[in-house]
Amino acid sequence: MQIDLRTVSIKPLRNTFDHLAERFGDKPASRYQEGSYNIQQESIFHYRPSWDADRVLFDKKRTQIQMKDWYALKDPRQFYYGAYTITRARQQDAAESSFDMIEERGLADLIPAEQKQIALDVLVPMRHAEWGGNMGNSYISAYGYGTVITQACLYHAMDHLGVAQYLTRIGLVLGGPEALDTAKAAWMDAALWQPMRQHVENLLVLEDWFEIFVAQNFVLEGLSYPMFYDYLDGDFSANGATAISMMTRFMAEWAGETGKWIDAQIKVAAAESPENKAVISEWVQRYRGLTLAALAPLAQRSFGDKADEVIAEVTAEFNARCAKLGLAV
Amino acid sequence: MDMKATKKKLGLKEKYAHMTRGLDWETTYQPKEKVFPQATFEGIKVHDWDKWEDPFRLTMDSYWKYQAEKERKLYAVLDAFAQNNGHLGITDARYLSAIKLFLTGISPLEYVAHRGFAAAGRNFPGVGPRVACLMQSIDEVRHAQTQIHALSNYNKFYEGFHAGASHQIERLWYLSVPKSFFDDAFSAGPFEWMIAIGFSFEYVLTNLLFVPFMSGAAYNGDMATVTFGFSAQSDEARHMTLGLECIKFMLEQDPDNLPIVQKWIDKWAWRGIRVLSLVSTMLDYMLPKRVMSWKEAWEIYFEQNGGALFNDLAKYGIKVPECIAQCTVDKEHQSHQLWLTLCTHSHAMGLHTWLPNAEEMDWLSAKYPNTFDKYYRPRFDQLRELADKGERFYANTLPMLCQVCQIPMLFTEPDDPTKICYRESEFQGEKYHTCSDGCKHIFDDEPEKYIQAWLPVHQVYMGNCWPEGTDPTAEGFNPLAKYLEWCHIDLARDGGDYEGSSDQANFAAWRGAATQNT
Repeated sequence: MQIDLRTVSIKPLRNTFDHLAERFGDKPASRYQEGSYNIQQESIFHYRPSWDADRVLFDKKRTQIQMKDWYALKDPRQFYYGAYTITRARQQDAAESSFDMIEERGLADLIPAEQKQIALDVLVPMRHAEWGGNMGNSYISAYGYGTVITQACLYHAMDHLGVAQYLTRIGLVLGGPEALDTAKAAWMDAALWQPMRQHVENLLVLEDWFEIFVAQNFVLEGLSYPMFYDYLDGDFSANGATAISMMTRFMAEWAGETGKWIDAQIKVAAAESPENKAVISEWVQRYRGLTLAALAPLAQRSFGDKADEVIAEVTAEFNARCAKLGLAV
Repeated sequence: MDMKATKKKLGLKEKYAHMTRGLDWETTYQPKEKVFPQATFEGIKVHDWDKWEDPFRLTMDSYWKYQAEKERKLYAVLDAFAQNNGHLGITDARYLSAIKLFLTGISPLEYVAHRGFAAAGRNFPGVGPRVACLMQSIDEVRHAQTQIHALSNYNKFYEGFHAGASHQIERLWYLSVPKSFFDDAFSAGPFEWMIAIGFSFEYVLTNLLFVPFMSGAAYNGDMATVTFGFSAQSDEARHMTLGLECIKFMLEQDPDNLPIVQKWIDKWAWRGIRVLSLVSTMLDYMLPKRVMSWKEAWEIYFEQNGGALFNDLAKYGIKVPECIAQCTVDKEHQSHQLWLTLCTHSHAMGLHTWLPNAEEMDWLSAKYPNTFDKYYRPRFDQLRELADKGERFYANTLPMLCQVCQIPMLFTEPDDPTKICYRESEFQGEKYHTCSDGCKHIFDDEPEKYIQAWLPVHQVYMGNCWPEGTDPTAEGFNPLAKYLEWCHIDLARDGGDYEGSSDQANFAAWRGAATQNT
């Protein structure tokens, strides 16, 4: 049975703001639309930036990629700040209860030593690479064009900080503060980590923001997350280290969710023009090679004899993903 | 069963250090200058980024948790507000002019703050300030969005909101005042940005902006805006501590930083105070239910609180900016002078103005015993007389703007409130005009920057501000009408006097329908 409450009804004069009515028609706009479209200033700027005097503050020419409408790069998750934080808080609740359970029951002590060592050697130092991911995405958020992509990149940057902090907690659970020191030393000096660190540092000096998006979000995450949080995670579970899987649950879920957003950006940008498609494809080829080279020693440490097989599978899945997005790689 | 030895719990500070600073490393495959290319060009010397004291310690998990909780509450109120015609609860539709100014002029600044802090959060070589700046960056996008969401419901029922936080900030003559302030800061380097926005705007001046708007909303029944205000309060508190830590850090790192920082403080204090003159008209004229006068707000939030702050900074050698002496004179005049200008130009504005009524003028006399009756009441009386005869006065030309603050040249000489203050500088053979010693000083220090200013009035007269396809040679061409169209202003509905406006008529009719049975 339905109960109808009566309210004083006033016919609105209009449903939404001018720029949204122009784009979507005069109908009630979603909070995502209100909070994203056309709120970045476009053409009139008072002063040339002292740090980039040839361009204006928000400039379309900070990347080789060109779009007729930059707002085509919308976020399928429709994340504005509120939707973003509420989603992450829910995931954080789940992650927190996993960490609580592991700490309360001492589950970390039940992890077989070999598995634990793989996690300490391979997962914990990745927190530094995640911090690099934060830096790349902050850069895009500052210098990219159009709020639909720049806000999502800030959320992505904060997520990378979050993941780096989860990895830090994993280090603390598995080996205390010393584990973090050991991981940092390995990151800085161990042969295992130098290709990856070099690759991450090279990404920190890129200037084209869409290139960073491709190299970091699409290629590096697209190859490393399946390797660590799918294949290696499967091995942890199969070998009595479910506790580690519990602690990386956020990352696995996050990679799935953010992957859909990243795919949407690549697909739309590549479909915009043959020039875009060529540039993105070329970037993907270049960074795929570099990323795989950086991952090779880590795969070796994680999977031993199976390393080549895992790398081949991860690469094949990634290539299939590229093909689906219309890239020529 | 064996008892497990409990692991030693890490302290909060120690844990936070692992969660942030521990993540960073000194790059060796790429040189530091390439990874942080903006770190040194402003001349600020930093020897040890580890000396940075984290002004707050928030890991991402707690950030998500606290902020999500605040968002849930805020949006629940906004939904209830929309569902129950919350807009009819405001004191009087005149109040809406204040929040029209907020949506078109302040929310876009929150947005630029978000982008600027993202840049700062990438550019500082120290991980502590980077993380803190990124938190502020994401907070600022929150503020831009929640303000738009809070005010979106008003747009459905009232005029003057329809351009939203888009279009007008770039085009409208009085909005180039706040816009050029943020453009100025963002086009500078990361350290000056922190002094301009992090310290001057967010710390020294925020109470003069945030408190009047949010208290104004509370006093005038605007539940949507005040709920936003309460929700943003804890974010603002974090931003203030960041601004303060930043200035202390710069001053503690190297004695050579002092003159640079002092110069920036002087500049940004004056820039900020000029922007805030828009707020002075809100406190003294736009709020139907008044919170306090501008002069009172200035005395509490600047002279007392700011005074304590500068006492605190004196140990580093920082002096109170010289322009403050001028402010002590201006506080008696600026809201009246600016409102008179707005009243006589509201046919070129996106919000309504009005002449204060008898009771409001008595309030102004009481709050400004030294100046109101002597200088301003007679002018309002004269405007009222004309209006009563059906000859409401509007100035038919656009006002000349200050090259720096971009406010019309309307403020008076420090020693003569009947004489408009003009200052002139010459650069590369051209003359440039400024409204005050403060603005002239800023111009003369960086003329090559300020000659770039996109002054809306100049641009209008040069014919750069019409919709595409406009033919200025066509018969009956009206440049003002075309400019306003380009600014997304519907003159018949959005601007002019509140008396006789459709906002006034609709509010009366709807409130009547909501409270009576006829």
